[in-house]
Amino acid sequence: MPKLIKLTGDPSGKDFGAEWAEDGFVHVGDDDALPEGDVILSLARFQAEGEILLSNSRRVGVRVEPDQEVEALAYDLPRLSVVALAFPKYRDGRAYTSARLLRERLGFTGQVRAVGDVLQEQAGFMVRCGFDAFEPADGATPEAWTKAAHRFRHVYQRAADHRRVAFEERAV
Amino acid sequence: MYLYDAIDREFLTDRSNEFRHQVARRLAGELTEDQFKPLRLMNGLYLQLHAYMLRIAIPYGSLNSRQVRRLAWIGRTYDKGYGHFTTRQNLQFHWIKLKDVPDILDAMAEVDLHAIQTSGNCIRNVTADPYAGATAEEIDDPRVWSEVLRQWSTLHPEFSFLPRKFKIAVTGALTDRAAVKTHDIGLFLRKGRDGAIGFEVVAGGGQGRTPYIAQTVRSYLPAEHLLSYVEAILRVYNRHGRRDNIYKARIKILVAALGIEEFTRQVEEEWGKINAERADLPAAELDRIRAAFAQPRFETLPDVSDAFEAARAASPALQRFVRNNVKPHKVPGYAIVEVSLKAIGQTPGDATADQLDVVADLGERYSLDDIRVTHAQNLVLPHVKLDDLPAVHAALEAAGLATANIDLASDIIACPGLDYCALANARAIPIAQDIARKFADPDRAEKVGELKIKISGCINACGHHHVAHIGILGVDKKGEEFYQLSLGGSGAEDASIGKILGPGLSADKVAPAIDALVEAYLHIRTGEERFLDTYRRVGLEPFKEAVYAQAD
Repeated sequence: MPKLIKLTGDPSGKDFGAEWAEDGFVHVGDDDALPEGDVILSLARFQAEGEILLSNSRRVGVRVEPDQEVEALAYDLPRLSVVALAFPKYRDGRAYTSARLLRERLGFTGQVRAVGDVLQEQAGFMVRCGFDAFEPADGATPEAWTKAAHRFRHVYQRAADHRRVAFEERAV
Repeated sequence: MYLYDAIDREFLTDRSNEFRHQVARRLAGELTEDQFKPLRLMNGLYLQLHAYMLRIAIPYGSLNSRQVRRLAWIGRTYDKGYGHFTTRQNLQFHWIKLKDVPDILDAMAEVDLHAIQTSGNCIRNVTADPYAGATAEEIDDPRVWSEVLRQWSTLHPEFSFLPRKFKIAVTGALTDRAAVKTHDIGLFLRKGRDGAIGFEVVAGGGQGRTPYIAQTVRSYLPAEHLLSYVEAILRVYNRHGRRDNIYKARIKILVAALGIEEFTRQVEEEWGKINAERADLPAAELDRIRAAFAQPRFETLPDVSDAFEAARAASPALQRFVRNNVKPHKVPGYAIVEVSLKAIGQTPGDATADQLDVVADLGERYSLDDIRVTHAQNLVLPHVKLDDLPAVHAALEAAGLATANIDLASDIIACPGLDYCALANARAIPIAQDIARKFADPDRAEKVGELKIKISGCINACGHHHVAHIGILGVDKKGEEFYQLSLGGSGAEDASIGKILGPGLSADKVAPAIDALVEAYLHIRTGEERFLDTYRRVGLEPFKEAVYAQAD
C-alpha cells in the first residue's frame, strides 16, 4: 500500500494534480542498521555518514527537523534526491520557510517531501512553498489532495510555485 | 476607498465555499470538534460561553454604507440585533448559530466583507489611523499600505502557521490613533531627506501577560521595499520565535530575548538575501491601489460655515458635541466626526442594527460614503461638511449616538469579558458601565478632560489595560472577581506601560476608586495637564493614597 502522494505537472499552472507513488526510500533512524537501497537519514547521520553513502551509488535523502536550518545542506543539495521536512505538529510552520528557501534561495530541484503531521488542509500552502511529495497523516487521497491544492483560483503573493499572482493577472 | 475586483471577489467565493463544505462535514459528524476547531478559527469563528462568536474583518477599519447596512442586517437576522466593535477595528457577533455561518459569509462576501485571518496564528487584520485621508497631519495615506499588506498577507503560504498571532498597524500621522507601538510590527510613514516616502519600522510591541512597547528596527525604509522588509521580519520570527510555550511565542519575546540590536542584525541579514524584485510589489500594482484611495472630490468651501456657527450658538448640546467629537479636517469647510459607542450605561463598542443603519445613512449622505472604526471602539464619519454638522448631530442624537465624550473618562475601552468570553476571569462590561455613570455629568467629564480608561477581563489584555491612563485588569481570586488598577500607560505616540497601583479591588470598589483617582488628579494638577501628565510628574504615591486610604 503506497503512502506517498506526489505532485504531477507544473504547480505554476492550472493543470497540476497528485497521484499515489511507490516510495523507493526507507526512513532510517539514527540507531537503525543501514538497509540496502535508497535511504532518508537525519541531518546528523547524513553529516556523519553521507559521504560514504553518496559514493556507493544509492540515492540519499535528508530529513530536516523544524529547528534545523536547511542552509546546512547548501553544498550537498546537488547530490541529494530528497529533502524531507518534518511537521511534528501541523501548527508548526517552520518547514514552510525551509521549503521556500530550498527552492527559491538554494535552487534545490530534487524532491521536497512533507513528513509528520501532514493534513490535506495544508495542501495549498505546501504546494505554494515548493513541496512536491507528501506523506499524509490523515488518510488523504491524491484526489482530495488535488482538490485542496486547487481550492483558490487566485493567490496574492509570489512564492516557490511561480503561480501567476493577482497583480500579474490584473496587469494583463 | 478600495473596491474589490473580480479577482478579490472570486477569492472570497472560494473561501466561502470551502467553509460551507467544512461546516457540512462537522454538522454531519464527519469532523470532530477537535478537527473542526482550527478550520473554524481560520474563518474567525470562536466557540464562547453561550454561543459561537463570529469576528468579521474590517481592514484598516474602513467601511462603506452598503457594508454597514449589511452588518446591520446580519445582526438583525442572525444575532440578537446588535454587534460589538473591537479594539482591532473589527466587528463581532456574539450569538451566532453554526449552521448559519456559511450563509452569513456569503452575505458578507456580496459586499466584499469576510472573516479571513481574524483569528489563528497568522497575520491578522491590518489596522490603521481611522482619520486616514481626512487629517491634515498625514505624510501619506496609511490605507494604501494597509491594503498592500492585506492582499500580501491573505492566505500567505509561508506565514499562516506562525508561532503565534501577528498584528500590524500603520499610521501616516504624528498623532498615533492606531496604538502602533503595541503591535508586532508598527509602521510609521516618514518623509525621507530626499522628499521620498518611507517607513520607520518598529517591532516587538504587544500586550497580553508580558507587555512591551515596540522598538525601532529601522528608522527609514524606502516605502517601495515594504513587503520585502516585512517578509524578512516574518521569516526571522517564523524560524526563531518560541513554539514551546504559548505565552512566550509572540515576536515581542523574541525581540526581548535577542535584544533589538541582534534582532535587527538578523532581519537586515535576511533582507539582504531576499530578491527584492520578486518580493516587493510592482509599481504598477501600487499605483492601482493608490488610485483607489485618491482624494475624493471635496467641494471648495469657506473656512467658516455661517449656518453651522448659528446652529451651535443656539445649541449647547451641539456646542459640546463639537468640542469633544468633532476634529479638524484637511480640507476647509469639512470636519471629522467621531460617533461615540459609549453612551452612559451602555456596553462599550456595541451598536444596534438600527444604529448601524443610521450611521450607514449618515455616511452615505454626509460623509462621501466613508465610515471608519477606531481601536477605541467608536465610529468615525471622516468627511462631513461644517454646513451639515447640525443635521448630522441631530440624527445621531435621535439614535442615541451623540454622546459627547470622545477621549473623556466615560469613553472606556472594554473587552467583552466574562459576559461572553470563554477566556475571561472577570466581567468588564458592568465595571465600564459603573465607571461611566460616575461621569454621566458631562460638565464634570469635560472638566476632568482627556482620560483613557481601559478594562480587560483577563490577562490577554484585549481591553488594552496596560496602555491606559487608568488600566483595569479583571482577575479571579478564589472564585471572586477582583480588579487590579494600573496608572500611566499610553497607547498613543507617547506610548508607555502602566504601573500597578496596589492590591486588587472587589467589583463594587472599582468605580469609587476611579472617582478617588480623578479627585486626587483634579486636586494636584497644574495648568493644562492631562491625568497622564500629572501622573508622570508626581508618580504613583498620591494616587495610591487616594484609593487605599479611601478603601480602608
